[in-house]
Amino acid sequence: MTAATDVEGLLHDLAPQVLGILVRRYGEFDACEDAVQEALVAAAFQWPAEGVPANPIGWLVRVASRRWIEQQRSETARRRREEAAAGLDEGEADPGPTRDDTLALVFLCCHPSLTPASQVALTLRAVGGLTTAEIARAFLVPEATVAQRISRAKQRIRESGAEFTMPPPAERHERLGAVLNVLYLIFNEGYAASSGPALQRVELSSEAIRLTRQLRGLLPDDGEVAGLLALMLLTDARRPARVRDDGSLVPLAAQDRALWDGRAIEEGSALISATLAGAPIGPYQLQAAIAAIHDEASSTEDTDWRQILGLYELLGKVAPGPMVTLNRIVALAMVRGPEAGLAELEQAEADPALAGHHRVDAVRAHLLEELGNADAAAEAYRRAARRTLSIPERRYLEERARAATARSG
Amino acid sequence: MKYLLLIYHNPQARQMWESFSEEEKAEGLALYAALNNDLAASGELIVTEALEDPSAASRVSVTDGRTVAGDGPYVETKEHLAGFYLVDVETRERAIEIAGRIPEAAIGGVEVRPILTYSALEM
Repeated sequence: MTAATDVEGLLHDLAPQVLGILVRRYGEFDACEDAVQEALVAAAFQWPAEGVPANPIGWLVRVASRRWIEQQRSETARRRREEAAAGLDEGEADPGPTRDDTLALVFLCCHPSLTPASQVALTLRAVGGLTTAEIARAFLVPEATVAQRISRAKQRIRESGAEFTMPPPAERHERLGAVLNVLYLIFNEGYAASSGPALQRVELSSEAIRLTRQLRGLLPDDGEVAGLLALMLLTDARRPARVRDDGSLVPLAAQDRALWDGRAIEEGSALISATLAGAPIGPYQLQAAIAAIHDEASSTEDTDWRQILGLYELLGKVAPGPMVTLNRIVALAMVRGPEAGLAELEQAEADPALAGHHRVDAVRAHLLEELGNADAAAEAYRRAARRTLSIPERRYLEERARAATARSG
Repeated sequence: MKYLLLIYHNPQARQMWESFSEEEKAEGLALYAALNNDLAASGELIVTEALEDPSAASRVSVTDGRTVAGDGPYVETKEHLAGFYLVDVETRERAIEIAGRIPEAAIGGVEVRPILTYSALEM
């Protein structure tokens, strides 16, 4: 007997390798992906009871190939191709998975012709080895929606004529950006959902970390891949402290830092330090560096806000965005005081992406509170609470509004 | 992000629909079919349904643990819910764009409501 969870982990690791071998053998990413999914389901069922075969990849390739051939048989229009395939010896020595196969697979799943939602679903299934049902549970959408997304995504890839090869060097940088964005989306979805009725959601953050680790194994010299992995490790390290047992949120400043995962912080910090020393700078590295400063400080007061401010200023040049603007203002207020922060906040609101955003009200409320203006703070907290779409955030903001009102008494 | 797109009807809308010729009705239904098709293709559609007339509704009340279902709304409301789409999209703008393709949007009968989530990033 082998624990089902061990088998699950093993299958997730082997999935892209098996798919790589199959696509190389038969072409047709679309049909091969279905066949591999069926083989994974069969293994998840058999291996815990019968034990893991001596050559698990060989087993999966054999079963997936059989499924693939069955699929071809059922399509009479493709009879000729079926005969060609049947001629292949199923038992032939596997060429073994190659590094480039898995990489090519990741690039294919994050093909620019797909929407981010489809890229995410396809990557989790084809590269992550998750089942459609698991992905659906993780994103709280019906299984049919995910199945539809995946089948249409594969159809789109087929229509676009994309091939199972590495993108040409000229495109690689941009394509890698899409891959990193997909991994980041998966991580965030998991991290953000660690509150509320989320017990049955598969661990998307761990899955994202595992996939990013795998990608880093394939592209060890890329600074942004390393930066993203460090960012995930340093953020996920705070997970045990960010939600109370009742599901309510604990802001960074109030978190019990003893609960943070020291090993993850150590790994993330070492990784980002080494990376910053060598690679060309990029947004994920900068965010990881900021996370490392937070994680290494013993309290909010001891945090090196000056350095954080500098990093946000750099980030604002490399990859500007509304949340970067807002976080820079928080850091600025820590360095130069709440008045300076409030003044910049007013200017920042001119950006349509921030106008009326609940985070602007939340930051304003916090700064007003610092200034001792409890009435205005309570008002701003209430406005933020009305505007957020997140139930845990709403509860937190309402709580702060009540506390501020009590103080203004 | 998930959004519920609510489609409301009113007596004028119904009169308008009933005054349509068969071709015009078919045209309206074709618009819906095309929308459903596109949303399924993009993977954004979670579910869409049309609702039976409000006269078929039951109003439920629980008193002392007893569940009682009475006949539909007591008062004749000016507007009633006639159908809905639940979509999962990238942005609010996209939800509004989809809502704009629902034929009832032409008479102002479509409402876009964001769904609350249990997700939250660091505050």
